[in-house]
Amino acid sequence: MFYGDVQVVWDVSFSVGRGEIAALIGANGAGKSTILKTISGIVKPAGGKIIFDGKEIQHIEPYELIETGLAHVPEARRLFVEMTAEENLDMGSLKGNAKKMRADSKAMVFELFPRLKERRNQLAGTLSGGEQQMLAIGRGLMSKPTLIMFDEPSLGLAPILVRDIFAVIKKVRAEGTTVLIVEQNVKQTLAIADRAYVLATGKLVMEGTGASLLDDEHVKTAYLGV
Amino acid sequence: MTSVQLEVLLQTIISGIFLGGLYALLAIGMTLIMGVMKIINLAHGELMMVGMYIAYALFSFFKIDPYIAVFIAAPVLFGLGVLLQKFLINPVMKVDSILPENQVILTVGIGMVLANLATIFFSSDYRSTPVTYATKAWYISDFWKDSPLELSISLPWSVSFFFAILITAVLWFFLTKTDLGKSIRATAQDNDAALLMGVNVMRMRMLTFGLGSSLVGAAGCLFLPIYYLFPDIGGQFTLIAFVITILGGLGSTVGAILGGLVLGVFESLTATYVGMGWAPVGRFIIFIAVLIFIPGGIVSLFKK
Repeated sequence: MFYGDVQVVWDVSFSVGRGEIAALIGANGAGKSTILKTISGIVKPAGGKIIFDGKEIQHIEPYELIETGLAHVPEARRLFVEMTAEENLDMGSLKGNAKKMRADSKAMVFELFPRLKERRNQLAGTLSGGEQQMLAIGRGLMSKPTLIMFDEPSLGLAPILVRDIFAVIKKVRAEGTTVLIVEQNVKQTLAIADRAYVLATGKLVMEGTGASLLDDEHVKTAYLGV
Repeated sequence: MTSVQLEVLLQTIISGIFLGGLYALLAIGMTLIMGVMKIINLAHGELMMVGMYIAYALFSFFKIDPYIAVFIAAPVLFGLGVLLQKFLINPVMKVDSILPENQVILTVGIGMVLANLATIFFSSDYRSTPVTYATKAWYISDFWKDSPLELSISLPWSVSFFFAILITAVLWFFLTKTDLGKSIRATAQDNDAALLMGVNVMRMRMLTFGLGSSLVGAAGCLFLPIYYLFPDIGGQFTLIAFVITILGGLGSTVGAILGGLVLGVFESLTATYVGMGWAPVGRFIIFIAVLIFIPGGIVSLFKK
């Protein structure tokens, strides 16, 4: 996979099982976000295959991917800042079945994040960091995905909010959605992950269950600072 | 201030607001295109000129009123805008090595071609549509016998203004209440995030260029009962739209409306109190003052 003219990810092959929380961890610049962007078609891969639900998806136009059941909650939230919170949620459910289910999905998101219900008519750009992250997750869930990808959901949040966000991610999986998460917050990510991959400078260096990596000496010294 | 002086002042402001309403319609098209494609469309005034010639031709050959012609010119301009975007602007946008400035230069070229085509088909003569209501006006004393002031409102100006408000209201409804309209706004705010939501960004660009063109084409029809028409009329309106876009704040629809009204009233005041020929000078004084004192445009003042 290339990013601009510089190759940042080499020969990465990994899989996520249905109903799992899978995690990609690694230092800043390891290529984690690039992998997610490649899966959702924003970055074109130089070669290789991406298989989702038994079908190759690397040739599908990025704007058609959401209909296959894949949602991507991007890094730094990328909300539509000049639109209200509710309009942002509407944007998450533009296509097909998700559009028909919009009212129900919205009720579900508001139940998950009561704060968003209070702020539904506020411009997304004026929400606090935590509320913005909730809105980004809510917007991702509005498409009724079978797989949802989170890119650095804890970035820039206070520790108490980070805990809330991870609790929500566990809840999302408990309701039947498969989760792929990319994080620098290694400890809390491994604690909830069924399966995890460690990425270093664009290559996969380790894989295992969340718990086994959490006990691993290399992971401890390199990423947990123990 | 005597009552005559007051009448002149109020009359000037009213004319300015009417002019401003049409200016707003002109600038909204430019600001929409600016927001979604991040380029200034310097063929904007020429697209308006095309709209005016369509209305002029419909009037001359079929006796169709310019206000009815809005409903024909706007869809035609929409199609023209989509084609220009798809076959000329998009291929240039796709090439990474070309600077964004080159797309702007391309729009200058499109404008020149349109102006020259108009000269070929209609010659460079000044044209007008001699509608029967051209000089009709409403007087305040017709409605209110004992009014202390006598003000008049030109019929074509007020009808054009009414149409401009109506079109703006429909556009506002489209942009805020429909999924398609929201998708256009989303594309303007964050291209990649819109893609992730399933928005076909390429289609939004074509749609926006078409929409911007149809708005300015409609504005052209509304100007026709008031202004003379000639092939090079577009250039000055491109500049007006550009000044308003800067004045209101790049990419902001509300800014374009406010900017249009401010510029309309300012030009009207300049024409009354300084002299007819000074209106374009006033325009550029505003332009430079905005760049120096409120570089973010009028909308940036509300955000503080």
